[in-house]
Amino acid sequence: MIATLNTYETVQPENVKTWFKAAATSKFPKNGGACIKYKDKQIAVFNFAREATWYACQNLCPHKMEMVLSRGMIGEENMEAKVACPLHKNTFSLKTGENLNGSLEGIATYPVKIEGDFVYVGFVD
Amino acid sequence: MQTILVVGNGMVGYKFCEKFVARAESRNFKLVVFGEEPRAAYDRVHLSAYFENRDAKALELAPLDWYSENGIELVVSESVTDIHHTKKTITTASEKEFSYDYLVLATGSAPFVPPIQGIEKEGVFVYRTIEDLENMLAYAEKIKKIKPNGRAAILGGGLLGLEAGKAVMDMGLEPHVVEFAPKLMPRQLDARSSNVMQLTLESMGIHIHASKATNKILGNGAITGLDFGEDDTLVVDMLVISAGIRPRDELGKTCNLEMGVRGGIVVNDKMQTSDPDIYAIGEVALYNQMIYGLVAPGYEMAEVAVNQILKKEDVIMRPEIDMSTKLKLIGVDVASFGIPYMPADKGLSIIYENKTKGIYKRINVSHDGKTLLGGIMVGDAEDYSILHQMYLNDMPLPDNAEELIVGSRGEGGSAFGSAMDLPDTAMVCSCEAVTKGGVCGSVLVDGNETIKAVAMATKATTGCGGCKPMVNDLIKESLKTLGKTVKERICEHFDFSRQELFDIVKLKDVQNFDDLLDDFGTGHGCEVCKPAVAAVFASIYNETANRQDTIQDTNDRYLANIQRNGTYSVVPRVAAGEITPKQLMAMGRIAQKYDLYTKITGGQRIDMFGAKLHELPLIWEELIKEGFETGQAYGKSLRTVKSCVGSTWCRYGMDESVSFAVEIEHRYKGIRSPHKFKGGVSGCIRECAEARGKDFGFIAVEGGWNVYVGGNGGANPKHAVLLAEKVDKAAALTYVDRFIMFYIKTAQPLQRTAPWLEKLEGGITYLQNVVINDSLGIAAELDAEMQALVDSYKCEWQEAIETPEIRERYTHFVNSEETDSNIEFVELRAQKMPKEWA
Repeated sequence: MIATLNTYETVQPENVKTWFKAAATSKFPKNGGACIKYKDKQIAVFNFAREATWYACQNLCPHKMEMVLSRGMIGEENMEAKVACPLHKNTFSLKTGENLNGSLEGIATYPVKIEGDFVYVGFVD
Repeated sequence: MQTILVVGNGMVGYKFCEKFVARAESRNFKLVVFGEEPRAAYDRVHLSAYFENRDAKALELAPLDWYSENGIELVVSESVTDIHHTKKTITTASEKEFSYDYLVLATGSAPFVPPIQGIEKEGVFVYRTIEDLENMLAYAEKIKKIKPNGRAAILGGGLLGLEAGKAVMDMGLEPHVVEFAPKLMPRQLDARSSNVMQLTLESMGIHIHASKATNKILGNGAITGLDFGEDDTLVVDMLVISAGIRPRDELGKTCNLEMGVRGGIVVNDKMQTSDPDIYAIGEVALYNQMIYGLVAPGYEMAEVAVNQILKKEDVIMRPEIDMSTKLKLIGVDVASFGIPYMPADKGLSIIYENKTKGIYKRINVSHDGKTLLGGIMVGDAEDYSILHQMYLNDMPLPDNAEELIVGSRGEGGSAFGSAMDLPDTAMVCSCEAVTKGGVCGSVLVDGNETIKAVAMATKATTGCGGCKPMVNDLIKESLKTLGKTVKERICEHFDFSRQELFDIVKLKDVQNFDDLLDDFGTGHGCEVCKPAVAAVFASIYNETANRQDTIQDTNDRYLANIQRNGTYSVVPRVAAGEITPKQLMAMGRIAQKYDLYTKITGGQRIDMFGAKLHELPLIWEELIKEGFETGQAYGKSLRTVKSCVGSTWCRYGMDESVSFAVEIEHRYKGIRSPHKFKGGVSGCIRECAEARGKDFGFIAVEGGWNVYVGGNGGANPKHAVLLAEKVDKAAALTYVDRFIMFYIKTAQPLQRTAPWLEKLEGGITYLQNVVINDSLGIAAELDAEMQALVDSYKCEWQEAIETPEIRERYTHFVNSEETDSNIEFVELRAQKMPKEWA
C-alpha cells in the first residue's frame, strides 16, 4: 500500500510532459467529482463549477489507503478549495494537497485543462 | 516518612486523596485508604444512572490503577473496627493493625432505617450503594416474572427518594412515593412548589402519597403492602427506604471522640476532631452542629484537611456553608438557594407559579428590597446560577426585582445583565472551587475556547455539572471580548442555525443549494453545510437524494452505506422485521450471486456487504423485481420500526404490535431528518421490541398505547420518556407525527431526538404542550407537513435504476470499464470480509 501511495507525486503545470485526454466534461458532475484511470493510477477529477475551476488529485486517501476521494464532497475553507474524504471526512486542499483538519500526509495534485469538451490531466510520465 | 490512614473510600475520601497527591509536599507521606465496599470510589450522586447503563465502571471516579500510580495503597472490602488513639493505631475487621501519624475519617453515612414493624421483610431495600441497586434489580426481575403490574413504594419524598422513584420506574415497576411530611422535598421546597412538583411527577406516572405515616409493613415473609393505620393501606411488592441518613460515626465512639447528641463526630474549622491527629470529613463530620449531606461541602472539607495536614494552617472551613443546590430530578429542574422559604417578618417573597407548564419560581427579598435572601425554582431553573451568584455576592437587586423571575418586559429579555458582571472571586463551580476569574482566565490567558477544554484545564463542571450553563456563558462572553463570535451557525458559509435555514428555505421557496448559498451565504460551501442543507431540502420538499447528488454525504449520494474498503452495503426495507420465506430466498439468491457478506442487523433486517459501486444498480434492479424497496439505511432518515411478535402469536400480547409497526414504518419511510431516527412497538410491557431505546416507541397497555419519545442506544444510551399514556392508535400516531415534524424543524444538524429533547427548554412537559395541547398553535401545520411527506414518498432506488443519467453515476472510472483493483477480500467464517488496512 505504501508503495501504491508513493506512486502519486504532485505535478506542477510547468513540468507536464503528457496531457492525458481523460473524458468528456459531461462525465463530471457539477461541483462534484469522478475518477479516471491513467496507466496504473487512479485520479480524482473535480468540476468545481462555482469557482469555474477544475482540480485533480490522487483518488487514494492517505488515512486508510482507500480509493475513494473522487466520491467526496468538495467545498472551500477560507477560500481554499478542498475535498472531504467520504470515509472519515478528512479534508485536503485541492490546491496544495495539504491535510487541512489534521496532520495526515498530504495528497498529490495534478494540473487540469479543458479543451473543447474534454478534460485533460497533466502527468510527467 | 509519615503515614496517613484514610478510612472510607467514598466520594469525599477519594477527593481527599486526589487533592492530597496533587500537592508536591505529599511525597513525604504514605497514604493508605480503606474502603468497605468491594470497589474503588464511585459517583454516588449519579447512582441512578446505573440503571440506564448497568456499568459500574462508568461511575468510577478513578480506575484502580490510579491509586497505585499515585503511590496510594487502596484496601477494599475491609472495614476498620477500632481506633487506639493512645498508641495511634487502628485495627480492621480481619484483625490487622496499622499505625498512623494522621487519621482521616471519611466514613460517610448510612441510610436511616426507621424502626417500623416488619422492616426486616424480604423485598425491603435501602438505596445507597451499587450492591443495593443490584439487589433491587434482581428482586424487581423476580416480581415482574410473577406479575405484570408490580408496584414499589419509596419511603421518603426527599431528593434521594425521588431519585429512587425514578429508579424503580426504570425497573418497570409502578412507583409510589410515601412521605411523612405534607410536602415533597421538605428541606428544599415550600408547600406550593412541592405541589407543582407533585403534579409534574404524577403526570409522569409517579404516584405521591404525602402526610402518610407508615405504621407497619405487611406481608408474610415478603412484603405485600404498607399499613398507614385506620384501615388505610397501600399494596406494594417492594419497598425502598430513603428516609434520610445517619452518620457512620461508630469509630468515633471506640476512642471517645466528642460526638453530637444526634450523632456525627464533632470537628472544628480545621476539620480536626477532639483528637488533633484525627480528622473527620464529609457526612460523618458534625460541623456547626450540622451534618452536610451534599457533595460540595464534603469536597471543601477534604481541601481543608489536606491543607491542615500539610501545615497550611490558614486554610480553614468557612463559618457558613452554602447549601444551595440545583439538580435535574427525573428530568425536572429543581433548585433552591439561600433561605428557600421563611416567615414574612424575615423578608418578602415574589412568587411566580404556572401549573399548566409545571413552573414555580420564588425569590425572597429583604424588607428594604435591596438584598436577595434566597429562593426556589421548579420546572425551570435556567436562571439559578446567576441568582445564586447574586445571593452569594450580595449583589444589588434591580428596581423591579420581579423581572428576575418573570423576565423583563423591555427589549433583550434578561434583567440580570451578564454573567460577566460577577466579581472575579465569585465561586462558579463549588464542587471544584473554581471562580469566575478561573474560568475566564482559562479562556483569555490559556486560550481554551470550548467547555471541554476549560473543563479539562480547570475541572469546573466536572462535579455535579450544575454550573455548566454559567460556565458556558462565561466562555462565550470571554470569547466575545477577544472578538470571536460564538453565534450558533452551521459553518463558515452560513451565518444561520439549521432551524433558521429551514425557515429561510421554506419561506423564500429556495429550490437548490447554489441559490441558497448565493442569496443567504458566502463562499462555496463545505462538507458540513452541504449535507445539512440537503436534509432541509429533503424535509421540506421530500426530494430524493438523487436530484442534488453532489451536496449529499457519500451514503446518500450513492444510496448505500460505504464500508471501510470503499465498497457498499445494501439494506432493503423489511418493515417491522416481517419477511416472507419467498422474500428471504430471493434475498439469499441475490446475495449469493453477487458474493455479498450477509448479516442480520440490530433493526431486524438483512444487510448485504461488499457490493462494488458498479454492482449497486444491478443488485437493486433484481431486488426491486422481487418486490423490495430501499431501506434508507444510508440516510439521516427513518431506519426501522422494530417490533415484537405481539398479540397475533404471543400469549402475553395486549395488541398487534407487528401490524402497528408495519403501518408506522411505511408511514415514515423515506422522511429525511437532522439525524437518523428509529422506532419500536412492543405488544406489552415486557418490551421485547426495546421501544424505549428508540426515538419513538409505542407500548401496548390495558386500554391503549403508551407513547414514548427521545430514546436511543449508541454512545449515550437513553431511555425514551413518556409522552402520552393509554391513548388510542390514531392519537398515538398524531402525537408522534407532530413530535417528528417539530424535531425535524428545530433540531441542529446531526442532533438525535434525545439530546434535542434535553436541550428543549421545558423538556418533555413543553413537548407535551406543543404536540398534545397545541400550545404554540402549530399542530395543524405540523400535521399537514407530515401528511405531505407521507404522501410524496417514492423509492429512490427505483428512480435511480429507471433514470439513465442517475445510473451512469455508478461507475468507478469514467474513462474505463475496469473496476477498482485496490479492493481485496479475505475469507471469514465461510463468507468474506475486507482485507485489513495496511
